[in-house]
Amino acid sequence: MADQTRKGKPKKDEEEVKAEETTKAESSTSDIDELLDEIDEVLETNSEEFVRSYVQKGGQ
Amino acid sequence: MAIPKICGIETEYGIAVREAADFNPILTSSLLINAYAKPAFKRVKWDYEEENPLRDARGFERPAAEPSAEDDSGLVNVILPNGSRYYVDHAHPEYSSPECLDARSVVIWDKAGERILEASIHAAQAIVAEGERVFIYKNNSDGKGNSYGCHENYLVSRQVPFPQLVKHLTPFFVSRQVFTGSGKVGAENGAETVDYQISQRADFFEVEVGLETTFKRPIINTRDEPHADPERYRRLHVIVGDANMAELSTYLKVGTTSLLLKMIEDDFINDDFSLAEPVRSMRTVSHDPTCRAVVELAEGRSITAIDLQWEYLRLAKKYAQDNDSSSVDEDVLLQWESVLEGLEADPMSLATKLDWVAKLHLLEAYRDRDDLPWDHSKLKMIDLQYHDVRRDKGLYYKLVSSGKIDRLVRDEEIDYAVDHPPEDTRAYFRGECLRRFSPKIVAASWDALIFDTGDEPLRKVPTMEPTRGTKAHVQDLLDRSPDASTLLQNLSA
Repeated sequence: MADQTRKGKPKKDEEEVKAEETTKAESSTSDIDELLDEIDEVLETNSEEFVRSYVQKGGQ
Repeated sequence: MAIPKICGIETEYGIAVREAADFNPILTSSLLINAYAKPAFKRVKWDYEEENPLRDARGFERPAAEPSAEDDSGLVNVILPNGSRYYVDHAHPEYSSPECLDARSVVIWDKAGERILEASIHAAQAIVAEGERVFIYKNNSDGKGNSYGCHENYLVSRQVPFPQLVKHLTPFFVSRQVFTGSGKVGAENGAETVDYQISQRADFFEVEVGLETTFKRPIINTRDEPHADPERYRRLHVIVGDANMAELSTYLKVGTTSLLLKMIEDDFINDDFSLAEPVRSMRTVSHDPTCRAVVELAEGRSITAIDLQWEYLRLAKKYAQDNDSSSVDEDVLLQWESVLEGLEADPMSLATKLDWVAKLHLLEAYRDRDDLPWDHSKLKMIDLQYHDVRRDKGLYYKLVSSGKIDRLVRDEEIDYAVDHPPEDTRAYFRGECLRRFSPKIVAASWDALIFDTGDEPLRKVPTMEPTRGTKAHVQDLLDRSPDASTLLQNLSA
């Protein structure tokens, strides 16, 4: 099936594909970095104390 | 023909106050609910008459040797105009969604619960001492061996023998974790050490079947409290699920379980996937984020959780072909299949869809950037804050706002559900009566409303049939009733 649907389209040469993949990888990396920076801004500081003091007794 | 799988989700939220001189979770939970609920709804009492959490589905009743831990009748307890119950339970604020007709509605009214908790924080923040900060988490564990629940409830015909439910649901619950898990850093409650696992809850299940919910937790809970006509119905009380942030996780959790229950009710399943060791298998599945671990069936065959789910999907597709199925059922089947394909190819391909994968993806990105070991407190903080219900602080919501989580429902639908009941179950009648006549209602519960109109003795209006009281049934009646007295007259007519 996959081969059949591809038949009509001209094949991309390998370099073209490689270049596309690199751009994709780079953009998703910078995307993630941006997200992590954003999360750094909201993440509770003093995580060690915060996590340690989070105790929930008496749940179902 | 299976009865409609009316369902709802009750969630105990984690609660914390920072910079507090003295933190009491019960008092803060009460404060939170009181700060949120409008006075008109606060004065309507919860009617406990039909409640009996000690009745066992296996046909007996446990004697109450001491006051039940469930007896929280003195605590804050309000019924909201969307038909939900918002109250203090076991030192947590709990939101029980109204009864919904399908998985998509459950997603909407479950999300409405998050919005209600979020609004409650803002309201409470104006009341607490200066500097104190209130936090609410929709998760199931404090990471120190304490768990709190997210329970699903499904309407099931009383005619289904309980052992049939146990037989088919146990392997299903063990294997569905691969899409229902919310993910957790580490293990607890005596479970083997692990860096990251699929489920928040798996470490806490210790027995196969039982009545308990707070200790010795069973995979199949036997509480027999139908909140409906007990001759006709059971309410299956499922305590094995995780609280989900991702809409698709909730949708599949409820949608696939509803399909399975219909098949059990129609005696459609001939296969026997009974597990050799269900309790141990819960952990085996949860502790393997590659989803390649196998569990052993009682007949001796070994199988992965994904392959078990393929078996259930195969049956459900056949069942849907042979029976009338709703558009939601059809969509659940498609999403179910697509998720199983994704899990099989590479679980990380579902980072925009499932909670446990989205969280793992985020944690791995942090580990890569900051070179953090798995036991670093920052990773535990990320794990916790993923579940923060505030949209400007919760990390799940950060993923949503940066387009890294796929949505199923629209924000307008959720906002509407905060103040309005579903239109296709009895929740409509409850919610609309509260909205229109709350000064004349003294008490309410899942299965009744009690009116005090002043001109006759208290009148109890039973709502024992969860499929009745829909908009189609009662809108005309309500519109013909400008006040509660007229409503009662019209009901008697």
